[in-house]
Amino acid sequence: MTAAETTGTEEAREGFGASPNRTALERFLRHPTAMASTAVLVLLGLVTILAPVIAPGDPMRVNPVARFTAPGAEYFFGTDNLGRDVFRIVVHGGRTSLLVGLVVTVVSVSIATVLGLVSGFFHQVDIVLMRFVDGIMAFPSIVLATAAAAYLGASVSTVILALSFVLIAPSLRVVRGQVLVVRELQMIEAARATGVPTLRIFRRYVLPAVTSPILVQASFIFSAAVLGEAALSFIGVGIGPTDLSWGNALTEARDYIGRAPWIVIFPGLALMITILALNLLGDSLRDILDPRLARRR
Amino acid sequence: MLRYLGKRFLLILPTIFVPLIMVFLLLRLSPGDPAGMMLGDQATADQIAALREQLGLDRPLHVQFLIWLKGIVTLDLGQSIFFREPVMEIIPRYAGVTILLTLVALTLAVLIGVAMGVISALNRNNPIDRGVVTTAVLGISVPEFWFALLLIFLFSVTLRWFPVSGYTPPSAGLIAWGTTIFLPALALGVRQSALMTRMMRSSMLDVLDEPYITTARAQGLPERTVLGRYAMRTASIPVVTVAGLSAGYMLGGVVAIEIIFSLPGLGRLLVEAVARRDYPVVEGGVLTIALVLAVLNLLIDVLYAILDPRIRYK
Repeated sequence: MTAAETTGTEEAREGFGASPNRTALERFLRHPTAMASTAVLVLLGLVTILAPVIAPGDPMRVNPVARFTAPGAEYFFGTDNLGRDVFRIVVHGGRTSLLVGLVVTVVSVSIATVLGLVSGFFHQVDIVLMRFVDGIMAFPSIVLATAAAAYLGASVSTVILALSFVLIAPSLRVVRGQVLVVRELQMIEAARATGVPTLRIFRRYVLPAVTSPILVQASFIFSAAVLGEAALSFIGVGIGPTDLSWGNALTEARDYIGRAPWIVIFPGLALMITILALNLLGDSLRDILDPRLARRR
Repeated sequence: MLRYLGKRFLLILPTIFVPLIMVFLLLRLSPGDPAGMMLGDQATADQIAALREQLGLDRPLHVQFLIWLKGIVTLDLGQSIFFREPVMEIIPRYAGVTILLTLVALTLAVLIGVAMGVISALNRNNPIDRGVVTTAVLGISVPEFWFALLLIFLFSVTLRWFPVSGYTPPSAGLIAWGTTIFLPALALGVRQSALMTRMMRSSMLDVLDEPYITTARAQGLPERTVLGRYAMRTASIPVVTVAGLSAGYMLGGVVAIEIIFSLPGLGRLLVEAVARRDYPVVEGGVLTIALVLAVLNLLIDVLYAILDPRIRYK
């Protein structure tokens, strides 16, 4: 190992040197970065779920008298050009941002897992799917999602559909790569020789072996999905203008940046903290679940 | 070298065609009548029927596909509904800005990434290294459109070093062009430069442990030669390989960046075309971005082969 590239690598090495048999969960609990990022994510989740309690009232309600109020005791994050409470916008907007991220992650990673298993075992399918993956991976997903909004209309479901679709590709590649390694293992050969049905081989031997990389991948996909939704909503082809998300909240903010920078700072900060926590969680999970990879990096 | 490039070219074809086929299918398979949606509420049934015929939407899907494919290959993408002129005459007016912006951003990202990565690796585990690593983690997580807004706030609104928005073409003076392109390129490149910093750092650390570096030092070569000629050349190869992916990522990022800085580029054209339901322009925009990406990737492959001669013979 060269040095700690990610903040968690050192701990991973120590954890491993001390007890190779320690379970992944124990290692996770002893990993400061993993625990800290999980705590941040849980907190964000709770805040958005409890939004009506934490920031009661309609986040879209305009209050012209209180336009451009600086952050203070009354408005923690200040107010925007229409006098809307930025704190309320951030707390309520997080619901859409996180929900879209979660749905996209579950949908795309599930489809990618099934396709990856098939692709890793059936060569003909693999050839076609991999060309498709090459095409999607290299091409900017935002542009594809923008084009999709042209045909399907800008809405939450379009965003989920478009992002889920383009984010299948990277996960598919990860799962397929792992399957290619696993299928050559002797236990698979043995299972086949004794006549275990293919589906059962998938379930009993292959799926458990690909779980770790899928978990790592899911964190990064989550982060990409949250960022993707924000970017699409920001440019006006994401969720509709009547819905609220962190990306949406920033759309009009540009025009008032000189007068009321807090309109820009707080929604963006919420977005960045979420992405940072997800990226750190992904990095830590990789350290915890695949120490060989962590060591090489 | 030619054979190598030929092979790379074949691999790049899916990158061009997969996105295009998806756009083709999206238009044909999405619910609703595209011709009606393009013309809006005021159109008569005759006008809609005429447009359907012009777009070939009244024919079977496989015939439409062949006509569409012919259009792509001959670079004939039809007429823009909004501009009322051929798509292929509109696109070049916008493509230049996007290509320049992406190239400047890519250059900035590579320069920043390589420099920070090397500085970090040479200061292994001391405060400078830790600072760079932490900054890189933050950099990877920053949404570039938000970063762009922060840059505008700091450098344009508060310090007044750069214009808030707008574009001056390079023909009107390089310095004026530079002031309009620098902040957008920096914002566009921030995440990629952070990724490259991490990559350069770990690859530099690996290379510094190689025996040939020890040998070079033992022979008394000046440290500048050891690092510059021997270590950095090898260490930068992984960075070059990801530059293609970075370019793809940036061509997506340009959409938001062009809107924020009011740059007349492809990204902005694409979003405006989406709002106007100007499908031929949407298709043309996707095709152009795919082509730019393919050419950039080929250039990167050439660079890769120059840096690492082994590649040519594989």
